Amino acid sequence: MDISELHAIADRERSRRKPIRIHCCTASGCQAIGSTELHRQLVQAVQASGRDDEVEVVSVGCMGFCGGGPLVVVEPNGPRFEHVRPEQASEVVAALDGAPCTVQRSDPHHPFFSHQLPVVLRNGGRIDPERIEEYIAADGYQTLYRVLHDMTPAEVIEQLTRSGLRGRGGAGYPTGLKWGTVAKSRGEQKYVVCNGDEGDPGAFMDRSVLESDPHLVLEGMCIAGYAVGANQGYLYVRGEYPQAISRLRTAINQARRLGILGSQIFDTTFDFKIDIRIGAGAFVCGEETALIASIEGKRGQPRPRPPYPAESGLWGCPTLINNVETLANIVPILRGGADWYASIGTERSKGTKVFALTGKVRHTGLIEVPMGMTLREIVEDMGGGTPDGSPVKAVQTGGPSGGCIPASLFDTPVDYESLAAAGSIMGSGGMVVMDSSTNMVELARFYMEFCMDESCGKCIPCRVGTVQLHRLLSRIHQGIASPADLDLLTQLCSLVRDTSLCGLGQSAPNPVLSTLRYFRDEYEALIQRHD
Amino acid sequence: MGGAKAPAASDNRLKILEATMKRHQHRPDALIEVLHKAQELYGYLTPDLLSSVAHALRIPPSRVYGVATFYHFFSLAPPGEHTCTVCLGTACYVKGAAAILAALEQDRGVRAGSTSADGKLSLLTVRCLGACGIAPAVVLDGDVIGHADAERIRAKLHELLHQGS
Ligand SMILES: Cc1cc2nc3c(=O)[nH]c(=O)nc-3n(C[C@H](O)[C@H](O)[C@H](O)COP(=O)(O)O)c2cc1C
Repeated sequence: MDISELHAIADRERSRRKPIRIHCCTASGCQAIGSTELHRQLVQAVQASGRDDEVEVVSVGCMGFCGGGPLVVVEPNGPRFEHVRPEQASEVVAALDGAPCTVQRSDPHHPFFSHQLPVVLRNGGRIDPERIEEYIAADGYQTLYRVLHDMTPAEVIEQLTRSGLRGRGGAGYPTGLKWGTVAKSRGEQKYVVCNGDEGDPGAFMDRSVLESDPHLVLEGMCIAGYAVGANQGYLYVRGEYPQAISRLRTAINQARRLGILGSQIFDTTFDFKIDIRIGAGAFVCGEETALIASIEGKRGQPRPRPPYPAESGLWGCPTLINNVETLANIVPILRGGADWYASIGTERSKGTKVFALTGKVRHTGLIEVPMGMTLREIVEDMGGGTPDGSPVKAVQTGGPSGGCIPASLFDTPVDYESLAAAGSIMGSGGMVVMDSSTNMVELARFYMEFCMDESCGKCIPCRVGTVQLHRLLSRIHQGIASPADLDLLTQLCSLVRDTSLCGLGQSAPNPVLSTLRYFRDEYEALIQRHD
Repeated sequence: MGGAKAPAASDNRLKILEATMKRHQHRPDALIEVLHKAQELYGYLTPDLLSSVAHALRIPPSRVYGVATFYHFFSLAPPGEHTCTVCLGTACYVKGAAAILAALEQDRGVRAGSTSADGKLSLLTVRCLGACGIAPAVVLDGDVIGHADAERIRAKLHELLHQGS
């Protein structure tokens, strides 16, 4: 395979395409509300209309506006339909000729769409994720070709460093720096691991990327392998994502068949293989050292760091671990250039971030926005506030490791530092909106129950501390706690935070601490006073 | 139903499992992959199954047992004929998933995480399906139902459990 063959595949694909494409989302969200049947009906309706020489129905990945699903978009420049029922398929097709159509349309000028800046999600909802030809026709794998032929590993790492990209898995560690460390680590054998465990409840960015544009992640992993000197990659995907797993399997097979994965990729000396590892439902396995144990077929229990995986990871070899979204940013950065990427976002948080906007918000779904946008713009403008128009109370970011930010602080820009200063974290990108129906003590207890169940049991502060914290929160919630219990709660939070082995325990108190900080009155209202 | 009771003569599940292990060259690190396959084939992991996997991959049975019990996905007890899984992710939670679960527990007389006495229904929970855009979400025998409410799930369960049996 060389560049002319790659171009030939792209050309063949473009000329195969019919002028009008009806894109029907078949990612998990829309599929769960009937889009498989809708897709079938659309295909039949096109056939019945006799226009199948110029119209094709394409099964595409996530379009983002999940709350409006099932979604159908007519390309080029056609209407965007929402809540499409299978029996409306013929109406959608008839509308191509301008026939009146009762199917609900979305307004493309709504902030939900107009405020977005798709970089990672560029192909999402535009290509059929099960056909590598569509990815190649969207310039796919050309970056890998160029990297292998025209760039040294050091140049790739230099570009990434200059782009300012930071890890999207939660901690925000500079990606260029991490790649540099692995590249410098000594070892015959090195590995690249893509963390697709996405354990944060209320988050589905990674699922969406894996289901909608799997090759983007594979290409990013290949480039990572070249840059750090690894010839084997593992893609760890949670077992709760069957569709992502099946689409990745298809994608890996297709890339292998074309010689884009395997030995001597693009006629160079670079070999790279990718295997999938399926998670088995343990939140802690998202933590990098636990993830390594899990790939090795063991119980997913973390170990102290250092040594960091960059020096001693899988089977003791230097291992690069990056989140799905981090790896999905590699191709756009190398394609558009580090300076272009660094021009997006804020001083210390560059580029875009994908968020899953859910909960009590009118427009739910996946959005990609430049770093530095305020919470208000995201929740009020893009999300449209609460469905019934009542005031938003708070937004939760970062899941069980994060915190609740009250509406009074909605002018906070979303970047790593500002969210941390507000007592929460960027996290992986879950953003759950809450209205007055959510009691904050109950929410804190909900997250603590999560951490208690998911604690791996290895270190005592986390194993025992989360149980005690959960007990205290339950007592407060039941209205049988005393003022002393509230002090105890605060003390115990510090203890668990400061002495736990891994991030799970260290951050488990966050939802409690942030709700105590902003919604202390809700705790106090439940405390029994004996005076 | 219940694949585990199928007659031995037509049982090629062991062969399929053996093929999976062979594909992984019987490497001990393939344990989780192998357990996934075993559970897919048999529905759950019996002590016999665990020891034969331990033997084939040459790892101590204690490690196999340790792994099988660590991960939520693996079940050491037979599942009910039907399964209903309520997502308790945050998005589903703020949209009333806990109330759906409570209604189903009461309606069917099963506690979350267990199987009804007649073996017909397992009522389970999951941390997050990633279907937050259509919260609350419930999975009935593998089909995800979005925008769920207690009434609808109740009715669907009733239909499922009282048809043709
Ligand atoms: C309890 C816990 C759970 C985590 N879960 C995930 C996860 O689901 N996905 C992820 O990418 N990172 C997760 N992380 C962070 C990883 O340990 C690691 O920092 C990350 O994968 C590095 O990738 P990045 O630099 O690209 O962000 C988790 C960390 C902790 C402590």
